[in-house]
Amino acid sequence: MSFDFPAPLSTLPPGGVGRVVAIHGGRGPSLRLRRLGVRPGALVRVATVGRWGGPVLVEVDGCQVALGRGLAQHILVEPCGPSPGNGH
Amino acid sequence: MATDRWGAGKAGRSPPRVALVGQPNSGKSTLFNAIVGYRAVASNFPGTTVEALRGRANVGGRRVEVVDLPGTYSLLGGDLAERVTREFLLSGDVDAVIQVADASLLGRSLELTLELAELGIPMVVCLNMADEAEHKGIKIDRERLEGILGVPVVLTVATRGVGLRELSAALSQACPARPPSYPPEIEAALKNLEKLGISSRALALQLLLGAPLEGMAAELKEEVERIRRGLSVQGEDLALLLADHRNLLASRIFREAVKVERGRVGWRERLDDLLMHPLLAYPFLLLTLFLLFWLTFWIGGSLEGLLSPALAGLSEAVRAALGEGGWAQFLAGALDGLLAGIGIALPYLLPFYLLLALLEDSGYLPRIGFLLDGLMHRIGLHGKSVIPLLLGYGCSVPAVLATRILEDERDRYVTAALSVLIPCAARTVVIFGLVGRFLGPVAAFALYLGNILVVGLAGRVLRRFLPGLGAGLILEIPPYRVPTLRTLLGKTWLRLRDFLKIAGPLLIISSAFLELFRALGWEVWLNRLTLFLTWPLGLPPQAGVPLIFGVLRKELSLVLLTQAFGTTDLGSVLTTGQLLVFTVFVIFYIPCMATLGALWREMGLRRTVFVLLGTTGLALFLGLVSRLFATLAL
Ligand SMILES: Nc1nc2c(ncn2[C@@H]2O[C@H](COP(=O)(O)OP(=O)(O)OP(=O)(O)O)[C@@H](O)[C@H]2O)c(=O)[nH]1
Ligand SMILES: [Mg+2]
Repeated sequence: MSFDFPAPLSTLPPGGVGRVVAIHGGRGPSLRLRRLGVRPGALVRVATVGRWGGPVLVEVDGCQVALGRGLAQHILVEPCGPSPGNGH
Repeated sequence: MATDRWGAGKAGRSPPRVALVGQPNSGKSTLFNAIVGYRAVASNFPGTTVEALRGRANVGGRRVEVVDLPGTYSLLGGDLAERVTREFLLSGDVDAVIQVADASLLGRSLELTLELAELGIPMVVCLNMADEAEHKGIKIDRERLEGILGVPVVLTVATRGVGLRELSAALSQACPARPPSYPPEIEAALKNLEKLGISSRALALQLLLGAPLEGMAAELKEEVERIRRGLSVQGEDLALLLADHRNLLASRIFREAVKVERGRVGWRERLDDLLMHPLLAYPFLLLTLFLLFWLTFWIGGSLEGLLSPALAGLSEAVRAALGEGGWAQFLAGALDGLLAGIGIALPYLLPFYLLLALLEDSGYLPRIGFLLDGLMHRIGLHGKSVIPLLLGYGCSVPAVLATRILEDERDRYVTAALSVLIPCAARTVVIFGLVGRFLGPVAAFALYLGNILVVGLAGRVLRRFLPGLGAGLILEIPPYRVPTLRTLLGKTWLRLRDFLKIAGPLLIISSAFLELFRALGWEVWLNRLTLFLTWPLGLPPQAGVPLIFGVLRKELSLVLLTQAFGTTDLGSVLTTGQLLVFTVFVIFYIPCMATLGALWREMGLRRTVFVLLGTTGLALFLGLVSRLFATLAL
């Protein structure tokens, strides 16, 4: 693993897993995200990343959620899983 | 004794009212249909249902009113559709709640269970999608869960009617669930509110969270305000705290009652490797949409060829039987309208609705939302807006209503205004019946592509007037599902029946009126009145009355055009240019009455008038462009 300090969710490559440590951008987004299980402490896995600044598709709690790129930039995660394309 | 724990409804309401509540896409509408007969549209994307739908049925030997509600993640916050559910539940007009939870996503559903427990209404937890949970290797200890929650829990597979009998039996055992206990400070505040006479914990919590205190006595208001301000956390922070607290409890319950073993990885997981592939996804998306229309055109054309001789024969026979004379002609005209409508519209509607149902039930629509999110940003919208826009290909009314799933007011309006420009099924009938039939399928497909282009440009223009980019996309993407034949046919029939019920009488009445206008010599006058449209567009004056009636329903414009010219072979009376211009104008001009009604209800009068004027101006402009194009190129 090349780094394991918190980074925006949007920087995780497809296949990467991270644990949410904080959600920035105010309480509005926090609440909206929480309803779908994206909260500090939750484990998220990036399934795909959309093209042209498209959304990030994450798996959380066994369900897939598409998150706009802007939102994903506000979600800080601690990378903690296999992330092909990162490292060897 | 089979006595119920809940009576015949508060305030002597009879039959008692049972609400279906649950997270979006958990199968509430499917369950509703299984209980009361196919009445609600159910599709595989979150946010299908956006308003309450009632039905009556015998459940467990008792007459009850069942209410299908929009899906909701939580009773806090949320979009307009979720608000419908919250208000319905807090109104107190509910005697029992069936929480329809997706058993394969149980962790999240349990949070809602705890929230619903605050309502103090008798409830049953229905763990739907038991089949999918099993696939995923999720083993639920039902009795354990019953013990913890204190309410009956049943497992169901709504699409196949599995577990319905158990659900009926459980409903008579429904009782209020054990509400979660919060940190002492909050419990104390709730107690204080109870002392003030606010006995429902759910309502008390809403008040603590800052719900408006309208309609409350001044003294009470002050007291509530004091308690609210006395808390160390407030507003959205309190909401976050409560949500996290419930999440903690829910995950504890989950661990006690659920075991997760290794699930099976199947084709559904692999399908996304192709359909969501960064590159291949887009050609595939185009191919899917192309197939939807190509198959509709092809099957519809064949059906029409089969049906029209029979209908023509029928019309002939009836005319012969009725003989000559004023009334006979009137009746024959009315009948002709009905037959023409059926002969022209039904062949295309049937395959289109079937294919649309297939698409809706597969789970592909929200994925299109994902794929087009970046593109939608260019017109100031998000991927979620794609769902109402795509529903617009079916019918503009549900498309306008579906904008309720968008959180942002501006997004709702822009999406609704754009969705009425999308050719609905009725307009598809006109496109295929005129341009497809007489100019060929390539021209018809060019119209669909051109339409998307116009919608995009209109979006850019609207963005000028209404700038902004609301909060980012948050959209749940459900797994792919193979629709059952029952749900496919059920939905197709529901939509066809709507067509027959509403368009049928309209077809008869408008055709009869056309005959009447003719008999009275008014047709010429009406056509002269619409010359301001038909003349610049280069259309024959006879196209005027059909365009007027097309406002009632768009198919009427085509049907009445055949009536006005007395032939279904319109290619022999109109030039290809005129056919094209007429079709383009019909696609874009004033949305039909039903759509205007929906817009008015959802967006208000002013914005509806704006859409009305805007679309008509756009139609006129594009009609002129097509005329120019036709004279130059055709
Ligand atoms: N495999 C499986 N699929 C189901 C079951 N119940 C419903 N479905 C499917 O799940 C999808 C969602 O069903 P709906 O009934 O529309 O869900 P809903 O809860 O009404 O959704 P919203 O109105 O969006 O809140 C549909 O495609 C159904 O066919 C089930 O028990 N098993
Ligand atoms: Mg529904």
